[in-house]
Amino acid sequence: MKDSPGQLVAALKPISDMGGNILSVIHERDPEADGGLLDVQIMCEISEGTLDTLLSQYRSQGISVLRVGEERFLVRRSIILIGHLIHTDISDTIDKIDSTGYAEVHELSMVMPAINEPSSAKMTIKSDCITDVNRALAILRDVAREKELLIIESLEGN
Amino acid sequence: MRIAIIGFGSVGRGVAEAIADNQNGLTVTAVADSKSAAIDESGLNIAEILRNKAETGICGSPDITVSDIISSDAYDILVEVSPTNAETAEPALGYIRGALAGGKYVVTSNKGPIALKFEELHALAEAHGVTLRYEATVCGAIPLIHTIEHGIAGNEISRLYGIFNGTCNYILTRMAEEGLTYQQALLEARELGYAEADPTYDVQGIDAAIKLVILANAVWGMKKCLDDVDIIGIDRVTSAAIALAEKEDQTIRLIGEIDPADDILRVSPRIIPKSHPLVVRDTLNAVTIETDLAGEITLIGKGAGSSETASAILSDLLFICDCYGRRD
Repeated sequence: MKDSPGQLVAALKPISDMGGNILSVIHERDPEADGGLLDVQIMCEISEGTLDTLLSQYRSQGISVLRVGEERFLVRRSIILIGHLIHTDISDTIDKIDSTGYAEVHELSMVMPAINEPSSAKMTIKSDCITDVNRALAILRDVAREKELLIIESLEGN
Repeated sequence: MRIAIIGFGSVGRGVAEAIADNQNGLTVTAVADSKSAAIDESGLNIAEILRNKAETGICGSPDITVSDIISSDAYDILVEVSPTNAETAEPALGYIRGALAGGKYVVTSNKGPIALKFEELHALAEAHGVTLRYEATVCGAIPLIHTIEHGIAGNEISRLYGIFNGTCNYILTRMAEEGLTYQQALLEARELGYAEADPTYDVQGIDAAIKLVILANAVWGMKKCLDDVDIIGIDRVTSAAIALAEKEDQTIRLIGEIDPADDILRVSPRIIPKSHPLVVRDTLNAVTIETDLAGEITLIGKGAGSSETASAILSDLLFICDCYGRRD
Protein backbone atom coordinates (compact mmCIF):
# COMPACT_ATOMS: atom_id res chain seq x y z
CA MET A 1 0.00 0.00 0.00
CA LYS A 2 0.99 3.64 -0.29
CA ASP A 3 3.24 4.74 2.52
CA SER A 4 1.05 7.60 3.58
CA PRO A 5 -0.98 8.38 6.74
CA GLY A 6 -4.32 6.57 7.15
CA GLN A 7 -3.52 3.78 4.64
CA LEU A 8 -3.02 1.04 7.22
CA VAL A 9 -6.27 1.88 8.99
CA ALA A 10 -8.04 1.83 5.61
CA ALA A 11 -6.64 -1.66 4.95
CA LEU A 12 -7.80 -2.99 8.31
CA LYS A 13 -11.25 -1.42 8.21
CA PRO A 14 -12.84 -3.88 5.72
CA ILE A 15 -11.89 -6.72 8.07
CA SER A 16 -13.50 -5.16 11.12
CA ASP A 17 -16.50 -4.02 9.05
CA MET A 18 -17.29 -7.63 8.24
CA GLY A 19 -16.98 -8.66 11.88
CA GLY A 20 -13.55 -10.23 11.43
CA ASN A 21 -10.86 -10.58 14.02
CA ILE A 22 -7.34 -9.28 13.35
CA LEU A 23 -4.70 -11.59 14.80
CA SER A 24 -1.50 -9.85 13.68
CA VAL A 25 -0.24 -7.08 11.42
CA ILE A 26 3.35 -7.08 10.22
CA HIS A 27 4.24 -3.72 8.85
CA GLU A 28 7.90 -3.18 8.03
CA ARG A 29 9.22 -0.01 6.54
CA ASP A 30 12.13 -0.69 4.29
CA PRO A 31 14.19 2.53 3.81
CA GLU A 32 15.73 1.06 0.65
CA ALA A 33 12.40 0.47 -1.02
CA ASP A 34 11.48 2.88 -3.70
CA GLY A 35 8.23 4.03 -5.20
CA GLY A 36 6.72 4.86 -1.80
CA LEU A 37 4.99 1.50 -1.53
CA LEU A 38 4.82 -0.66 1.53
CA ASP A 39 4.20 -4.39 2.04
CA VAL A 40 1.90 -5.29 4.95
CA GLN A 41 1.12 -8.79 6.14
CA ILE A 42 -2.20 -9.27 7.94
CA MET A 43 -3.38 -12.41 9.69
CA CYS A 44 -7.09 -12.41 10.44
CA GLU A 45 -10.11 -14.58 11.15
CA ILE A 46 -13.20 -14.01 9.03
CA SER A 47 -16.38 -16.00 8.50
CA GLU A 48 -16.25 -18.98 6.23
CA GLY A 49 -16.64 -18.10 2.54
CA THR A 50 -16.13 -14.33 2.90
CA LEU A 51 -12.53 -14.13 1.67
CA ASP A 52 -13.55 -13.20 -1.89
CA THR A 53 -15.69 -10.34 -0.60
CA LEU A 54 -12.71 -9.01 1.34
CA LEU A 55 -10.40 -9.27 -1.66
CA SER A 56 -12.80 -7.35 -3.91
CA GLN A 57 -13.11 -4.68 -1.22
CA TYR A 58 -9.33 -4.24 -1.30
CA ARG A 59 -9.26 -4.08 -5.09
CA SER A 60 -11.87 -1.33 -5.11
CA GLN A 61 -9.76 0.66 -2.63
CA GLY A 62 -6.64 0.40 -4.79
CA ILE A 63 -4.93 -2.03 -2.44
CA SER A 64 -3.46 -4.96 -4.30
CA VAL A 65 -3.22 -8.27 -2.55
CA LEU A 66 0.13 -9.80 -3.44
CA ARG A 67 -0.48 -13.19 -1.93
CA VAL A 68 -3.18 -14.95 0.09
CA GLY A 69 -1.40 -17.24 2.46
CA GLU A 70 -2.71 -20.35 4.06
CA GLU A 71 -6.49 -20.17 4.25
CA ARG A 72 -7.41 -22.07 7.36
CA PHE A 73 -10.80 -23.26 8.34
CA LEU A 74 -11.58 -22.46 11.95
CA VAL A 75 -13.98 -24.57 13.90
CA ARG A 76 -15.08 -23.71 17.41
CA ARG A 77 -16.99 -25.96 19.74
CA SER A 78 -18.11 -25.16 23.25
CA ILE A 79 -18.58 -27.63 26.07
CA ILE A 80 -19.47 -27.25 29.71
CA LEU A 81 -17.58 -29.05 32.47
CA ILE A 82 -19.02 -29.55 35.95
CA GLY A 83 -17.15 -30.91 38.95
CA HIS A 84 -14.15 -30.20 41.11
CA LEU A 85 -12.35 -28.43 38.29
CA ILE A 86 -9.65 -26.70 40.33
CA HIS A 87 -8.86 -29.66 42.56
CA THR A 88 -8.53 -31.87 39.51
CA ASP A 89 -6.05 -29.39 38.00
CA ILE A 90 -7.80 -27.30 35.35
CA SER A 91 -4.48 -26.28 33.81
CA ASP A 92 -3.64 -29.94 33.24
CA THR A 93 -7.06 -30.36 31.60
CA ILE A 94 -6.30 -27.40 29.30
CA ASP A 95 -2.79 -28.70 28.55
CA LYS A 96 -4.21 -32.01 27.39
CA ILE A 97 -5.89 -30.09 24.54
CA ASP A 98 -3.23 -27.41 23.91
CA SER A 99 -0.46 -29.99 23.68
CA THR A 100 -2.15 -31.86 20.83
CA GLY A 101 -0.84 -29.35 18.31
CA TYR A 102 -4.13 -29.50 16.36
CA ALA A 103 -6.56 -27.95 18.83
CA GLU A 104 -6.46 -25.36 21.57
CA VAL A 105 -8.58 -24.05 24.39
CA HIS A 106 -9.66 -20.66 23.14
CA GLU A 107 -11.89 -19.44 25.96
CA LEU A 108 -12.74 -20.50 29.46
CA SER A 109 -15.29 -18.99 31.79
CA MET A 110 -15.76 -20.51 35.17
CA VAL A 111 -18.24 -20.09 38.01
CA MET A 112 -17.13 -21.20 41.44
CA PRO A 113 -19.83 -21.36 44.10
CA ALA A 114 -19.26 -22.20 47.78
CA ILE A 115 -16.17 -24.14 48.83
CA ASN A 116 -16.52 -27.89 48.24
CA GLU A 117 -19.38 -27.31 45.82
CA PRO A 118 -18.73 -28.40 42.23
CA SER A 119 -17.78 -25.57 39.88
CA SER A 120 -18.99 -25.12 36.30
CA ALA A 121 -16.95 -23.96 33.33
CA LYS A 122 -17.68 -23.23 29.71
CA MET A 123 -14.74 -24.09 27.51
CA THR A 124 -14.38 -23.25 23.82
CA ILE A 125 -12.05 -25.39 21.76
CA LYS A 126 -10.70 -24.12 18.47
CA SER A 127 -9.23 -26.08 15.63
CA ASP A 128 -8.80 -26.09 11.86
CA CYS A 129 -11.33 -28.77 11.06
CA ILE A 130 -14.21 -30.75 12.50
CA THR A 131 -12.20 -33.97 12.60
CA ASP A 132 -9.60 -32.34 14.85
CA VAL A 133 -12.24 -30.78 17.10
CA ASN A 134 -13.80 -34.21 17.49
CA ARG A 135 -10.40 -35.71 18.32
CA ALA A 136 -9.94 -33.03 20.98
CA LEU A 137 -13.44 -33.71 22.35
CA ALA A 138 -12.62 -37.41 22.61
CA ILE A 139 -9.56 -36.49 24.72
CA LEU A 140 -11.72 -34.28 26.92
CA ARG A 141 -14.25 -37.08 27.38
CA ASP A 142 -11.46 -39.35 28.63
CA VAL A 143 -10.13 -36.64 30.95
CA ALA A 144 -13.66 -36.04 32.28
CA ARG A 145 -14.09 -39.74 33.01
CA GLU A 146 -10.72 -39.94 34.73
CA LYS A 147 -11.32 -36.79 36.82
CA GLU A 148 -14.98 -37.58 37.44
CA LEU A 149 -16.20 -34.41 35.74
CA LEU A 150 -19.54 -34.11 33.99
CA ILE A 151 -19.02 -33.06 30.38
CA ILE A 152 -21.90 -31.44 28.51
CA GLU A 153 -21.40 -31.30 24.76
CA SER A 154 -23.35 -29.31 22.24
CA LEU A 155 -26.11 -31.05 20.30
CA GLU A 156 -24.49 -30.54 16.91
CA GLY A 157 -21.36 -32.14 18.28
CA ASN A 158 -21.16 -35.15 16.00
CA MET B 1 -63.59 -55.68 17.62
CA ARG B 2 -63.59 -57.00 21.17
CA ILE B 3 -61.07 -55.56 23.62
CA ALA B 4 -59.55 -57.00 26.81
CA ILE B 5 -57.84 -54.46 29.09
CA ILE B 6 -55.15 -55.75 31.46
CA GLY B 7 -54.26 -53.15 34.06
CA PHE B 8 -57.01 -50.90 35.36
CA GLY B 9 -55.06 -47.93 36.70
CA SER B 10 -55.58 -44.45 35.32
CA VAL B 11 -54.47 -45.43 31.80
CA GLY B 12 -56.61 -48.58 31.66
CA ARG B 13 -59.63 -46.66 32.95
CA GLY B 14 -58.93 -43.85 30.47
CA VAL B 15 -58.92 -46.34 27.57
CA ALA B 16 -62.14 -47.99 28.81
CA GLU B 17 -63.86 -44.60 29.07
CA ALA B 18 -62.68 -43.49 25.64
CA ILE B 19 -63.96 -46.73 24.08
CA ALA B 20 -67.30 -46.44 25.89
CA ASP B 21 -67.67 -42.76 24.85
CA ASN B 22 -66.75 -43.13 21.20
CA GLN B 23 -68.93 -44.95 18.71
CA ASN B 24 -65.93 -46.57 17.10
CA GLY B 25 -66.86 -50.21 16.70
CA LEU B 26 -64.92 -51.33 19.77
CA THR B 27 -66.40 -53.27 22.69
CA VAL B 28 -64.70 -53.96 25.99
CA THR B 29 -65.34 -57.61 26.83
CA ALA B 30 -62.77 -58.15 29.60
CA VAL B 31 -60.88 -56.09 32.19
CA ALA B 32 -58.41 -57.04 34.90
CA ASP B 33 -56.51 -55.29 37.66
CA SER B 34 -53.95 -56.84 40.01
CA LYS B 35 -56.61 -58.41 42.25
CA SER B 36 -59.63 -59.17 40.12
CA ALA B 37 -61.10 -59.48 36.64
CA ALA B 38 -64.36 -59.41 34.73
CA ILE B 39 -65.33 -61.08 31.43
CA ASP B 40 -68.50 -60.70 29.38
CA GLU B 41 -68.35 -61.70 25.74
CA SER B 42 -71.33 -59.55 24.87
CA GLY B 43 -69.65 -56.44 26.30
CA LEU B 44 -69.08 -55.19 29.83
CA ASN B 45 -70.94 -52.27 31.37
CA ILE B 46 -68.02 -49.85 31.66
CA ALA B 47 -69.86 -47.27 33.79
CA GLU B 48 -70.69 -49.95 36.35
CA ILE B 49 -67.13 -51.33 36.38
CA LEU B 50 -65.65 -47.84 36.84
CA ARG B 51 -68.06 -47.27 39.74
CA ASN B 52 -67.09 -50.61 41.32
CA LYS B 53 -63.41 -49.78 40.95
CA ALA B 54 -63.93 -46.37 42.58
CA GLU B 55 -65.96 -47.78 45.47
CA THR B 56 -64.27 -51.10 46.22
CA GLY B 57 -60.83 -50.68 44.63
CA ILE B 58 -61.29 -53.74 42.42
CA CYS B 59 -62.81 -53.95 38.97
CA GLY B 60 -64.37 -57.41 38.99
CA SER B 61 -64.41 -60.77 40.71
CA PRO B 62 -61.37 -61.97 42.69
CA ASP B 63 -62.14 -65.49 41.39
CA ILE B 64 -61.24 -64.59 37.82
CA THR B 65 -57.56 -64.09 36.93
CA VAL B 66 -55.69 -62.40 34.10
CA SER B 67 -54.72 -65.86 32.79
CA ASP B 68 -58.41 -66.73 32.44
CA ILE B 69 -58.80 -63.73 30.16
CA ILE B 70 -55.61 -64.33 28.16
CA SER B 71 -56.52 -67.95 27.37
CA SER B 72 -60.17 -67.16 26.63
CA ASP B 73 -61.71 -66.41 23.25
CA ALA B 74 -63.60 -63.43 24.60
CA TYR B 75 -61.38 -60.83 22.90
CA ASP B 76 -59.66 -59.93 19.62
CA ILE B 77 -57.20 -57.30 20.89
CA LEU B 78 -55.34 -57.30 24.19
CA VAL B 79 -54.67 -53.86 25.68
CA GLU B 80 -51.79 -54.43 28.08
CA VAL B 81 -51.37 -51.42 30.39
CA SER B 82 -50.16 -52.97 33.64
CA PRO B 83 -47.24 -51.36 35.53
CA THR B 84 -43.81 -51.56 33.85
CA ASN B 85 -41.01 -53.73 35.12
CA ALA B 86 -37.87 -52.63 33.30
CA GLU B 87 -35.75 -55.57 34.51
CA THR B 88 -37.84 -58.67 33.85
CA ALA B 89 -40.81 -57.15 31.96
CA GLU B 90 -43.03 -59.58 33.87
CA PRO B 91 -45.86 -60.24 34.30
CA ALA B 92 -46.73 -58.17 31.22
CA LEU B 93 -44.35 -60.14 29.00
CA GLY B 94 -46.16 -63.41 29.80
CA TYR B 95 -49.55 -61.85 29.06
CA ILE B 96 -48.37 -60.49 25.71
CA ARG B 97 -46.75 -63.77 24.71
CA GLY B 98 -49.93 -65.66 25.67
CA ALA B 99 -52.18 -63.36 23.66
CA LEU B 100 -49.95 -63.34 20.53
CA ALA B 101 -49.54 -67.13 20.67
CA GLY B 102 -53.34 -67.37 20.78
CA GLY B 103 -53.59 -65.28 17.58
CA LYS B 104 -54.71 -62.09 19.31
CA TYR B 105 -53.58 -58.56 18.45
CA VAL B 106 -51.76 -56.70 21.21
CA VAL B 107 -51.57 -52.99 22.02
CA THR B 108 -49.36 -52.00 24.93
CA SER B 109 -48.02 -48.97 26.79
CA ASN B 110 -45.64 -51.23 28.68
CA LYS B 111 -42.00 -50.33 27.98
CA GLY B 112 -40.47 -53.40 29.66
CA PRO B 113 -41.55 -56.11 27.20
CA ILE B 114 -40.95 -53.91 24.12
CA ALA B 115 -37.49 -52.77 25.26
CA LEU B 116 -36.37 -56.26 26.30
CA LYS B 117 -38.08 -58.64 23.88
CA PHE B 118 -39.12 -56.71 20.80
CA GLU B 119 -37.60 -59.12 18.30
CA GLU B 120 -39.11 -62.19 19.90
CA LEU B 121 -42.57 -60.64 20.29
CA HIS B 122 -42.53 -59.25 16.76
CA ALA B 123 -41.62 -62.69 15.37
CA LEU B 124 -44.30 -64.35 17.52
CA ALA B 125 -46.93 -61.92 16.21
CA GLU B 126 -45.86 -62.56 12.60
CA ALA B 127 -45.95 -66.31 13.13
CA HIS B 128 -49.56 -66.05 14.29
CA GLY B 129 -50.69 -63.56 11.66
CA VAL B 130 -51.32 -60.71 14.09
CA THR B 131 -49.58 -57.44 15.02
CA LEU B 132 -48.15 -55.89 18.13
CA ARG B 133 -48.43 -52.11 18.48
CA TYR B 134 -46.70 -49.96 21.06
CA GLU B 135 -47.17 -46.27 20.22
CA ALA B 136 -47.77 -45.43 23.90
CA THR B 137 -44.37 -46.76 25.01
CA VAL B 138 -42.51 -43.76 23.56
CA CYS B 139 -43.40 -40.08 24.12
CA GLY B 140 -47.01 -40.56 25.27
CA ALA B 141 -49.41 -38.70 23.03
CA ILE B 142 -46.88 -37.94 20.24
CA PRO B 143 -47.60 -40.23 17.28
CA LEU B 144 -43.91 -40.97 16.82
CA ILE B 145 -43.97 -44.66 15.83
CA HIS B 146 -46.92 -44.03 13.53
CA THR B 147 -45.15 -41.08 11.90
CA ILE B 148 -42.01 -43.13 11.30
CA GLU B 149 -43.79 -46.28 10.10
CA HIS B 150 -46.49 -44.66 7.98
CA GLY B 151 -46.33 -40.85 7.85
CA ILE B 152 -42.81 -40.74 6.41
CA ALA B 153 -42.73 -44.29 5.03
CA GLY B 154 -40.12 -44.61 2.25
CA ASN B 155 -37.76 -42.09 3.82
CA GLU B 156 -34.33 -43.11 4.98
CA ILE B 157 -33.96 -41.96 8.59
CA SER B 158 -30.37 -40.94 9.27
CA ARG B 159 -30.66 -39.66 12.81
CA LEU B 160 -33.26 -39.21 15.52
CA TYR B 161 -32.86 -37.13 18.65
CA GLY B 162 -35.00 -35.38 21.17
CA ILE B 163 -36.42 -34.89 24.61
CA PHE B 164 -37.88 -38.15 25.85
CA ASN B 165 -38.40 -37.41 29.54
CA GLY B 166 -40.82 -34.75 30.76
CA THR B 167 -39.60 -34.82 34.36
CA CYS B 168 -36.04 -33.92 33.37
CA ASN B 169 -37.29 -31.28 30.96
CA TYR B 170 -39.37 -29.70 33.70
CA ILE B 171 -36.41 -29.61 36.10
CA LEU B 172 -34.04 -28.10 33.50
CA THR B 173 -36.66 -25.55 32.39
CA ARG B 174 -37.14 -24.38 35.97
CA MET B 175 -33.39 -24.23 36.62
CA ALA B 176 -32.95 -22.09 33.49
CA GLU B 177 -35.92 -19.79 33.98
CA GLU B 178 -35.84 -19.26 37.74
CA GLY B 179 -32.21 -20.00 38.53
CA LEU B 180 -33.31 -22.80 40.88
CA THR B 181 -30.76 -25.37 42.01
CA TYR B 182 -31.23 -28.94 40.84
CA GLN B 183 -32.52 -29.94 44.29
CA GLN B 184 -35.04 -27.10 44.42
CA ALA B 185 -36.36 -27.86 40.95
CA LEU B 186 -36.61 -31.57 41.76
CA LEU B 187 -38.55 -30.80 44.93
CA GLU B 188 -40.94 -28.63 42.95
CA ALA B 189 -41.40 -31.38 40.34
CA ARG B 190 -42.24 -33.81 43.12
CA GLU B 191 -44.78 -31.48 44.69
CA LEU B 192 -46.50 -31.10 41.34
CA GLY B 193 -46.53 -34.87 40.84
CA TYR B 194 -44.13 -34.77 37.87
CA ALA B 195 -41.42 -36.71 39.69
CA GLU B 196 -41.72 -39.92 41.67
CA ALA B 197 -40.65 -40.19 45.32
CA ASP B 198 -37.65 -42.07 43.94
CA PRO B 199 -36.74 -40.02 40.86
CA THR B 200 -33.69 -42.15 39.90
CA TYR B 201 -35.31 -43.72 36.86
CA ASP B 202 -36.09 -40.31 35.34
CA VAL B 203 -33.21 -38.05 36.40
CA GLN B 204 -30.46 -40.56 35.69
CA GLY B 205 -31.68 -40.88 32.12
CA ILE B 206 -32.79 -44.54 32.35
CA ASP B 207 -36.37 -43.85 31.23
CA ALA B 208 -35.14 -41.92 28.18
CA ALA B 209 -32.60 -44.68 27.42
CA ILE B 210 -35.33 -47.37 27.45
CA LYS B 211 -37.28 -45.35 24.88
CA LEU B 212 -34.15 -45.11 22.70
CA VAL B 213 -33.74 -48.88 22.88
CA ILE B 214 -37.35 -49.33 21.76
CA LEU B 215 -36.84 -46.96 18.82
CA ALA B 216 -33.45 -48.41 17.87
CA ASN B 217 -34.91 -51.92 17.73
CA ALA B 218 -38.23 -51.02 16.17
CA VAL B 219 -37.06 -48.47 13.59
CA TRP B 220 -33.63 -49.81 12.67
CA GLY B 221 -33.71 -53.41 13.94
CA MET B 222 -30.49 -52.60 15.84
CA LYS B 223 -30.94 -55.39 18.43
CA LYS B 224 -29.85 -53.13 21.29
CA CYS B 225 -30.43 -53.41 25.01
CA LEU B 226 -30.22 -50.89 27.85
CA ASP B 227 -26.52 -51.67 28.45
CA ASP B 228 -25.73 -50.49 24.91
CA VAL B 229 -26.85 -46.93 25.68
CA ASP B 230 -24.31 -44.38 26.97
CA ILE B 231 -26.29 -42.75 29.75
CA ILE B 232 -25.60 -39.54 31.66
CA GLY B 233 -28.42 -38.08 33.73
CA ILE B 234 -29.16 -34.53 34.83
CA ASP B 235 -28.55 -34.94 38.56
CA ARG B 236 -25.13 -33.26 38.41
CA VAL B 237 -26.16 -30.31 36.22
CA THR B 238 -25.70 -27.02 38.06
CA SER B 239 -27.69 -23.82 37.61
CA ALA B 240 -24.33 -22.08 37.05
CA ALA B 241 -23.72 -24.34 34.03
CA ILE B 242 -27.12 -23.43 32.59
CA ALA B 243 -26.39 -19.74 33.22
CA LEU B 244 -23.08 -20.09 31.31
CA ALA B 245 -24.98 -21.57 28.35
CA GLU B 246 -27.69 -18.89 28.55
CA LYS B 247 -25.09 -16.15 28.14
CA GLU B 248 -24.76 -17.24 24.52
CA ASP B 249 -28.47 -17.80 23.91
CA GLN B 250 -28.12 -21.48 24.53
CA THR B 251 -29.50 -23.76 27.20
CA ILE B 252 -29.11 -27.33 28.49
CA ARG B 253 -31.57 -30.15 27.81
CA LEU B 254 -31.43 -33.92 28.34
CA ILE B 255 -31.18 -35.28 24.80
CA GLY B 256 -31.59 -38.87 23.66
CA GLU B 257 -29.88 -39.53 20.35
CA ILE B 258 -29.73 -42.39 17.85
CA ASP B 259 -27.30 -42.18 14.94
CA PRO B 260 -27.04 -45.69 13.49
CA ALA B 261 -24.30 -44.86 10.97
CA ASP B 262 -21.93 -43.83 13.77
CA ASP B 263 -23.37 -46.44 16.15
CA ILE B 264 -24.37 -43.68 18.57
CA LEU B 265 -27.00 -44.49 21.15
CA ARG B 266 -26.81 -42.06 24.01
CA VAL B 267 -28.69 -40.03 26.56
CA SER B 268 -26.88 -36.99 27.95
CA PRO B 269 -27.36 -33.35 28.88
CA ARG B 270 -26.44 -31.24 25.85
CA ILE B 271 -25.89 -27.58 25.06
CA ILE B 272 -28.54 -26.52 22.56
CA PRO B 273 -29.41 -23.12 21.01
CA LYS B 274 -32.56 -21.67 22.61
CA SER B 275 -33.98 -21.12 19.13
CA HIS B 276 -33.82 -24.87 18.34
CA PRO B 277 -37.30 -26.39 17.86
CA LEU B 278 -36.43 -29.07 20.44
CA VAL B 279 -36.21 -26.51 23.23
CA VAL B 280 -39.67 -27.05 24.67
CA ARG B 281 -40.82 -25.99 28.13
CA ASP B 282 -41.99 -27.83 31.20
CA THR B 283 -42.97 -31.49 30.82
CA LEU B 284 -43.29 -31.51 27.04
CA ASN B 285 -41.46 -34.03 24.88
CA ALA B 286 -40.03 -33.25 21.45
CA VAL B 287 -38.34 -35.40 18.81
CA THR B 288 -36.52 -34.45 15.61
CA ILE B 289 -36.28 -37.04 12.83
CA GLU B 290 -33.66 -36.43 10.12
CA THR B 291 -34.70 -38.00 6.83
CA ASP B 292 -33.40 -38.07 3.26
CA LEU B 293 -36.56 -36.93 1.47
CA ALA B 294 -38.64 -35.06 4.04
CA GLY B 295 -35.69 -33.25 5.64
CA GLU B 296 -36.07 -32.64 9.34
CA ILE B 297 -39.37 -33.27 11.07
CA THR B 298 -39.92 -32.25 14.69
CA LEU B 299 -42.85 -33.53 16.71
CA ILE B 300 -43.81 -31.90 20.01
CA GLY B 301 -46.40 -33.03 22.55
CA LYS B 302 -47.21 -34.37 25.96
CA GLY B 303 -45.08 -37.35 26.85
CA ALA B 304 -47.03 -38.61 29.85
CA GLY B 305 -50.42 -38.54 31.52
CA SER B 306 -53.33 -40.93 31.48
CA SER B 307 -55.46 -39.34 28.76
CA GLU B 308 -52.36 -38.76 26.61
CA THR B 309 -51.34 -42.43 26.96
CA ALA B 310 -54.93 -43.49 26.32
CA SER B 311 -54.84 -41.39 23.12
CA ALA B 312 -51.85 -43.37 21.83
CA ILE B 313 -53.50 -46.68 22.73
CA LEU B 314 -56.78 -45.71 21.11
CA SER B 315 -54.99 -44.77 17.88
CA ASP B 316 -53.24 -48.17 17.85
CA LEU B 317 -56.59 -49.91 18.44
CA LEU B 318 -58.31 -48.02 15.63
CA PHE B 319 -55.35 -48.65 13.34
CA ILE B 320 -55.74 -52.39 13.91
CA CYS B 321 -59.49 -52.11 13.30
CA ASP B 322 -58.95 -50.18 10.06
CA CYS B 323 -56.35 -52.61 8.76
CA TYR B 324 -57.69 -55.92 9.95
CA GLY B 325 -61.16 -55.37 11.44
CA ARG B 326 -63.20 -56.13 8.36
CA ARG B 327 -61.19 -59.18 7.42
CA ASP B 328 -63.59 -61.75 8.88
